[in-house]
Amino acid sequence: MTLTRRYRFSASHRLYNPALSELENREIYGRCSNPFGHGHNYILEIGVEGRPDAVSGRMIASADLDSLVGEEVLRIYNGKNMNLDIDTFLGGRVPTTENVAKDIRERLERRWPAPGSPFGHTARMPSLSGVRLFETAKNIFDI
Amino acid sequence: MRITRRVDFSASHLCAIPSLSQGENEAIYGDGANPHGHGHNYVLEVTLEGEPDPVTGMIYDLKDLKAILESEVLDVMDHRFLNKEVPPFDHVVPTAENVSREIWRRLWPKLNLANAKLSRVRLYETEDLFVDYSAEDHVADGQSGGTS
Repeated sequence: MTLTRRYRFSASHRLYNPALSELENREIYGRCSNPFGHGHNYILEIGVEGRPDAVSGRMIASADLDSLVGEEVLRIYNGKNMNLDIDTFLGGRVPTTENVAKDIRERLERRWPAPGSPFGHTARMPSLSGVRLFETAKNIFDI
Repeated sequence: MRITRRVDFSASHLCAIPSLSQGENEAIYGDGANPHGHGHNYVLEVTLEGEPDPVTGMIYDLKDLKAILESEVLDVMDHRFLNKEVPPFDHVVPTAENVSREIWRRLWPKLNLANAKLSRVRLYETEDLFVDYSAEDHVADGQSGGTS
């Protein structure tokens, strides 16, 4: 069974690869390469997979998932300029939403308790099954 | 090929384990453990998998699916207090996980046809929380004998 919970954060970014010329960046990224950046209201869906606990009927206590995602993702991303505020992108890695989704998944995997182990109020931690990131309502990325 | 029909219903529930204290239940379920209950506008997506009939061009008649959803789910759960009025939630905690499993259990006998089989039940408790129960979960629950 899978359970999916939806979160929101707002952040700005600029799609710009410093290894390329201004013109090349403009050709590849178009207006997303505007020097001052621009922002989105991102929607993040985190899916977990497992079996509900026989007693509580839950796969994971929502508060536990919320605190994990809050600490590892929302605190890092919400209200930030990705190019200037998030270590992943300080070295020139381009914060395309592909790369952001990958970074979010990696951040969660680094801190995800071992599936089956107790975590907070959750009897048996489910596994992380999917990260879906909506950059806008029309641009959706799954990893 | 798969087809999906969406319906919604409104119901109240509360999530609490009787053997635990109110504080312990609030730690697990948050506001969901309020003793007097609270409600949701549930959204249910029911997906069937099969091949279109060569004559009708349909996997299953969506009018018939609508009628089954009304009799098996909406007539039972819409505008009800799940814990008080809808078994097994008198003794099974009506989490989204357990409600989706119960909806599958009700639908499966009617939607287990040669050319169209129930493939997935997706239940949104809110727009920010949904659960998927699919055929492999049905198999796993059957093997464990669980309706828990």
